[in-house]
Amino acid sequence: MNIPDKNNKTIFGFWVYLMTDLIMFAALFAAYAALRGNTFGWPTGRELFSLPQALTETFILLTSSFTCGLAMLAVYSNKKNQALVFFGITFALGIAFLVLELTEFSKFVAEGNSWQRSAFLSSFFALVGTHGLHIAIGLLWMAVSMVMVRFRGLTPLVTSKLVRLSLFWHFLDVVWIFIFTIVYLLSHV
Amino acid sequence: MFGKLTLDALPHEWFTIGGTVAITLGGLGVVALLTYYKRWKWLWKEWLTSTDPKKIGVMYIIVASLMLFRGALDAGMIWLQQALSAGASTGYLSAAHFQQIFTAHGSIMIFFVTMGFLFGLMNFILPIQIGARDVAFPLLNTLSFWLYVAGAALINLFFVVGGEFAAAGWLAQPPLSELAYSPGVGIDYWIWSLQVSGLGSLLSGINFLVTIIKMRAPGMTLMKMPMFAWTSLCSMMLVIAAFPILTMTLILLSLDRFLGMHFFTSGFGGNPMLYVNLIWSWGHPEVYILMIPAFGIYSEIVSTFSQKKLFGHTSMVAATIGITLLSMLVWLHHFFTMGAGADVNAFFGIMTGIIAIPTGVQVFNWLATMFRGRIIFNSTMYWFMGFVATFTLGGMAGVLLGIPGIDFEVHNSLFLVAHFHTMAIGGALFGIFAGITYWFPKVMGWKLNEKWGIRAFWLWLVGFFISFVPLYILGFLGATRRLDHYDASTGWQPLFMVAGFGFLIIAAGAALQIWQMIVSFRQRKENLDMTGDPWNGRTLEWAISSPPPVYNFAVIPEVRERDAFWEMKKAGKPAAPVKYEDIEMPKNTAMGIYISGFAFLIAFAMIWHILWLGLVGLVGAIACVITRSFDEETEYVIPAAEVAKIEARRIPYYEHTR
Repeated sequence: MNIPDKNNKTIFGFWVYLMTDLIMFAALFAAYAALRGNTFGWPTGRELFSLPQALTETFILLTSSFTCGLAMLAVYSNKKNQALVFFGITFALGIAFLVLELTEFSKFVAEGNSWQRSAFLSSFFALVGTHGLHIAIGLLWMAVSMVMVRFRGLTPLVTSKLVRLSLFWHFLDVVWIFIFTIVYLLSHV
Repeated sequence: MFGKLTLDALPHEWFTIGGTVAITLGGLGVVALLTYYKRWKWLWKEWLTSTDPKKIGVMYIIVASLMLFRGALDAGMIWLQQALSAGASTGYLSAAHFQQIFTAHGSIMIFFVTMGFLFGLMNFILPIQIGARDVAFPLLNTLSFWLYVAGAALINLFFVVGGEFAAAGWLAQPPLSELAYSPGVGIDYWIWSLQVSGLGSLLSGINFLVTIIKMRAPGMTLMKMPMFAWTSLCSMMLVIAAFPILTMTLILLSLDRFLGMHFFTSGFGGNPMLYVNLIWSWGHPEVYILMIPAFGIYSEIVSTFSQKKLFGHTSMVAATIGITLLSMLVWLHHFFTMGAGADVNAFFGIMTGIIAIPTGVQVFNWLATMFRGRIIFNSTMYWFMGFVATFTLGGMAGVLLGIPGIDFEVHNSLFLVAHFHTMAIGGALFGIFAGITYWFPKVMGWKLNEKWGIRAFWLWLVGFFISFVPLYILGFLGATRRLDHYDASTGWQPLFMVAGFGFLIIAAGAALQIWQMIVSFRQRKENLDMTGDPWNGRTLEWAISSPPPVYNFAVIPEVRERDAFWEMKKAGKPAAPVKYEDIEMPKNTAMGIYISGFAFLIAFAMIWHILWLGLVGLVGAIACVITRSFDEETEYVIPAAEVAKIEARRIPYYEHTR
């Protein structure tokens, strides 16, 4: 089978996979919506969440999406080193995002507000944590892809993998926008 | 070192020891046979690592048959207990054991029997029916299969490793399934077995959807697609929409159990009804995931054996899509008694009633196809007609249950149990049997014995009614489901005994099916399918030889009409191809086995809380994925000369069409 046909199929299949992932997040959002009021007398979102920190995380992730887009432009114009640089920046931003998120988590746990405290906190940690886990997987994938680009060059197969990686990264960005809105912003309304 | 897995956990009850002995002896027997006949290499190269969907399909059906045996054994034990356990007698099972059995029965029959058979048939038939050589993602396909096998192993594992099985019903509803009320490992066995096999189903769903959308033969527009392909498409769309919900719900339940979260606990603000909503918004689509492909099988069979075009193909497609959409909108009818209020119940009641309309359209379409057809009363047609009778009965019971007022009366009763068994056996399972009989010659190259097939059918049908009509009556008399004991004054015992007698008749029917296989195997030389088209078929799978070559089609066919092969036969003998071309096919790969093996380790570690083993599994699985992503040589080429040689050895479709 020729390569464009195959890549076309793989990318379509990846879109379908993203939709299934989206439904998984939808179930998590539904659980969060149902449980966000069930604080069982412990702190609510308004008392816990720091909006400036969430906004910083948002900007970091949005910027990483932008640099990921620049990396893909470099891939399409076959500039290998430029692509590696932009993927490197994206990777660093992803790490920064994860560090901020884990800081927030450990602060809550240190204050005694762990996931065991109330249904609201369970659903918060599960929803935001699942997103964070996806970011971690995306970072691992990005690292492997950079090795692949470095040693294999931008062959059609490698490019197809990078297209899927960037779709995944933008997808996580979209999910984060919903988390930012529904979890963080709405907690202060 | 081994978490909760201590010596005390090892099997020590008669039924687990019995299971251990049976599984160990069976396993040793298979190993001995393979070693004696020096078949290990053959098994590994030809079957286990194969990416050929035809072989994967056959393996699915073999595993599903084994699981059917296990599930049927559970059913027999349930029936025996209920027939014995009235008044002073408490039967032969403890309540705890009885609960494990009905939990295992439901989970196995849904996840490992029906799903296994359907994915098996789909793997074998679907690519051929749409004129493709393979599925879209061959590696993913073997991975799906091996995840299914890993799940099947996990659900039987407590026989060997010990512990207990879940005792909270096939959907493990909290708070009963929470740590506070089910502290053992049973629920974890259930969660992880379903999680692993469910992931396989989800990947299959993506795979087949892409296959159908992207790989149809030139000229086969969606509306020219055979009905089985259509119903598979709809079923796979439901898999894609529903299985992620199952995955997430099971993750949340295990977070509750493993990390002490409070999604569904009864304290700390948890909400058990959230679980029920989530699990049924997967669970209701799931029953249609099982049913809809069976509708496709019946459509193919009715049209073939009535020797007519399917009546109302367009309305059939519309009805299938209608059922697909509606099935996402009715989940709440599984718990009208939750107390969501009259308006909510009314909405879901009406939606449930509406499903009867497209389903009715389908039944009338099948009957109209038979009308003035030249019907051949082959055993597959017997299964079909048996299905029409049972399905109509079960469907009407379902419409009754869909009325909230009536549901309050019969909720959780044996009436409900009788209803869904009517749909699952009389609908899905009969369809699977019909499909296996119909496509058997394509798979094996010889036909099944008709006489024994029809005898088995009659035993199944009669046995079915004798065992389930009493359950309808018992439901009206007030018998709830999952009873391990009841009072003698209820007067239920005779009815339970009749039901048990019906089970024996069904078992005899199953025995006849095994006999049918043996007889057919012995007579295979007389029933060889030399043409590849034993039934005067209408769709593309009959255009190639039986069994098909690895690449299915030497030359990809051009499709002009809906019943593509029928039209080709009518048009007469097409010109033989001038020359063949090289064909690229996916290489064998053991990655599916390795990744599933690591998934099995992760699941096992999570069940028994063995942290280091879980990490080994995780690292191993990731390493496999990364290794594979660097492998670009995943295909091999069958040279044109080789294709010509294979094609010359058989009778290609352009010669036997007359």
